[in-house]
Amino acid sequence: MSRYRNLIALLLGLSLLVFLTTAVIAQDERPVSDDEVNEIARELYCPICENVPLDVCPTQACEDWRELIREYISKGWSAEEIKDYFSAQYGWNVLSVPPRTGLNWIIYIIPPFIFVGGLVIIIVLIRKGKRNQQLLNANLGELDVPVTDVFLDRVDRDLKGEDQDG
Amino acid sequence: MSTIQASPDYGMGMNPLLRHPGMVVHPPMLYLGFVGFIIPFAYAIATLIKGWNDDEWIRATRKWSLSAWLFLSIGLVLGSRWAYDVLGWGGYWGWDPVEVSALMPWLTGTAFLHSSLIQEKRGVFKHWNITLIILTFCLVIVGTFLTRSGMLSSVHAFSQSAIGPSFFVFTTFILIASLVLLGYRWSRLNTGFQIKSYFSRESFFLFNNLIFVAIFLICMVGVLFPIFSELVTGQQVTVGPPFYKKATGPLFAMLLLLMGAVPLSAWSASTGKSLGKNIWKPAIISLVFPVVTLALGTRDWGAVIALWVVFLSICVTLYDYGRSVKINSDTNQCSIWKSFWRMTSRNRRRYGAYIIHIGVALMGLGIIGIEFFQSQTQVTVKKNESIEISGYTLTYNDLKIDDTLEDRETARAEISITKGDREIGWLYPAREYYYMAQQSVTTPGLRSTLIDDLYIILVDWLPVSSEGATFKVYRNPLVIWLWIGTVVMVIGTMLALWPKHQRVKPEANL
Amino acid sequence: MVENENSAGANPGIGKVVAVFVILGIVVAGLLFMMGSWLKRSEVKMLSVGQSIPDFSMTSFSGESYRLSDLKSKIILVNIWSSWCTSCDEEALMLQEVWTEVEDSGYYLFLGLDYVDTEKPALAFIQEHGVTYPNGPDIGSNISKMFKIQGVPESFLIGKDGTLKAIQIGAFILSVDVREFLTLAKD
Repeated sequence: MSRYRNLIALLLGLSLLVFLTTAVIAQDERPVSDDEVNEIARELYCPICENVPLDVCPTQACEDWRELIREYISKGWSAEEIKDYFSAQYGWNVLSVPPRTGLNWIIYIIPPFIFVGGLVIIIVLIRKGKRNQQLLNANLGELDVPVTDVFLDRVDRDLKGEDQDG
Repeated sequence: MSTIQASPDYGMGMNPLLRHPGMVVHPPMLYLGFVGFIIPFAYAIATLIKGWNDDEWIRATRKWSLSAWLFLSIGLVLGSRWAYDVLGWGGYWGWDPVEVSALMPWLTGTAFLHSSLIQEKRGVFKHWNITLIILTFCLVIVGTFLTRSGMLSSVHAFSQSAIGPSFFVFTTFILIASLVLLGYRWSRLNTGFQIKSYFSRESFFLFNNLIFVAIFLICMVGVLFPIFSELVTGQQVTVGPPFYKKATGPLFAMLLLLMGAVPLSAWSASTGKSLGKNIWKPAIISLVFPVVTLALGTRDWGAVIALWVVFLSICVTLYDYGRSVKINSDTNQCSIWKSFWRMTSRNRRRYGAYIIHIGVALMGLGIIGIEFFQSQTQVTVKKNESIEISGYTLTYNDLKIDDTLEDRETARAEISITKGDREIGWLYPAREYYYMAQQSVTTPGLRSTLIDDLYIILVDWLPVSSEGATFKVYRNPLVIWLWIGTVVMVIGTMLALWPKHQRVKPEANL
Repeated sequence: MVENENSAGANPGIGKVVAVFVILGIVVAGLLFMMGSWLKRSEVKMLSVGQSIPDFSMTSFSGESYRLSDLKSKIILVNIWSSWCTSCDEEALMLQEVWTEVEDSGYYLFLGLDYVDTEKPALAFIQEHGVTYPNGPDIGSNISKMFKIQGVPESFLIGKDGTLKAIQIGAFILSVDVREFLTLAKD
């Protein structure tokens, strides 16, 4: 009986060993789905075609680059690392936005600056308009009758055939 | 020059990508739009040259400006539709520099349509309107130069043409002459300027202009920065969709919000209170939609807010339209339909504008659907295997190669679609290889419903096609509303443009 | 009393208006300058024969490094190619044929520069065509940019004095074309 027990133990040990090694090998050759590749390729541009994202570019060269991404994903590289590799190899123009270094910060600063600046201008303009209104009222007296319902007033005018153009 | 010894049997034929009906109409529409803006531009320049101080130029060119805007809008949408149908990336707008160059005059042109309305009604913002229309036309010229000169790295890149230097001279002349004229006559333009509250219609229009101009400036920066970067540092960079979406997305949402609030504002008379009184009912109704969206499981707050703003716009506009019609029919004892007809035809501009805004809101709905809720997958399947996406099951049944036509070889896949147990239909994504041009064109299989589009592309196949073929599938929710909204917008514009017979009142002054 | 749009009186307002126009003027001038410079730049397309070639270095696929300034004793043929470029196929065979002829003399060095490519297909290409002269990737396409290439393949002949002796746009069709190209360095 103990002979069989030893044999079983050996067989179990062997199968465990086989299982572990295949697990390790599988890690290196983990099948990477097209979707995973495209998720990263979508954020890159084809290095040679003008302005075509890497996931839709149909050329052989782009096929090669997508395969390269697949290889790196299966090696465990992160999306950031893959994108960094591509921009180092092929230039910054393969990234879909300029990297945040050097002169490029301009493009990140300007949009909020534009909006805030515009908002300030508008508010200043409106305040000036309100001041003019008050001055006008002060000079001419309060002519505007307080309108209780602007909407009904407008409908009235519509019905009378005035205010033809909205 | 000498003649070719042997003339080819057939020419190369048109680039296969361009053989789409939209391509017949898209360029003329765009150019009608671009060129149409020269009319208000010319009148504005004439006003400056003559030193006039009136609003006549705006009244005289109002319909021309609106028509130009209409054609430009149609041109842009047709370009999107073509991209969606033919290019095979399941999208409609790539923020490509040439696309953005065509969008910029549209942005300032739309701002101009709105602020010139204020000048017509209240006689204010004269400086601004002249500046805006000059800017719009200059953008048309500069945009053309950027596109045609080859300065932009783009899929639309025309090969570098010889017009570069002469066009540059023309552009310089237009920009500098406009600027000089504007400066010279600036003080001649004389207006008073009163605003009652932050919630009056004038204020709203100012905010509207602010947002359009802000979006335009962001686009300008995005288009010019790669050129600037290469000139100054020698580094080539790409400014792509992530930049534009993040920078302009919130701004477009604010525009939709404004679109909802403005119909209820009044010239010089609204306050926060009066606006609130008018808006609370449709606002409550519109909240139904974000609630439903959240209930369906969405956790993306950007999407929920965007959807709410779209429906707020639609609810407010319909509410206002409906109220006017109802009151009119009550007062005049006529049917709702008669009242609707009469109100609409009496005030074509206002109700035309309402319809345009509803159309734009519907376009916004389509865009939100595809931007926030798109799902996609790419998979290689063997014959009779299936792809699952968002509840749909697509089964690869067959691939047939057909080379009976002289100029091309077509590979056509047959895909059957089911949802749960229900059979939905068939799709036939194809890939056509044109011998002469040595170019492939993918024709997606497309199924559109009001709820979503199912979009499938044949990417590749193994030599023995039953061994495996690769498909890319997109599910684009709500995208059909982008096209429906455009039609509504066109109808609204045509209503606003519709000529009116001047009714002679019985009590004529004799 | 209706006020001017710009401010209380004409005179203080003028200052603001002038300021705005100066800024606008600068913006417009800047835009025109950018467009003009780009136009100018794009006209100077290729390198010209006789031009001095700035120093560059390349690391081959097998790890050896080559620097132009270290190679002054030889005439260099730089061939820029890619594995995905269809006309590079034939050319590689022609170049290899001539290389086997001239390699031993030590006068010449052929350097293959792999443009915007991936390593696996590139190495496969090299093996398939039996190429033995050094080849390496052009990292960041910096060297190709320096050579102002319009496409691939292109070849450049650099003399012992470090100046450009000849340019070949497109592939060499026959091996005699390659030999003729090499003679252009003799003067």
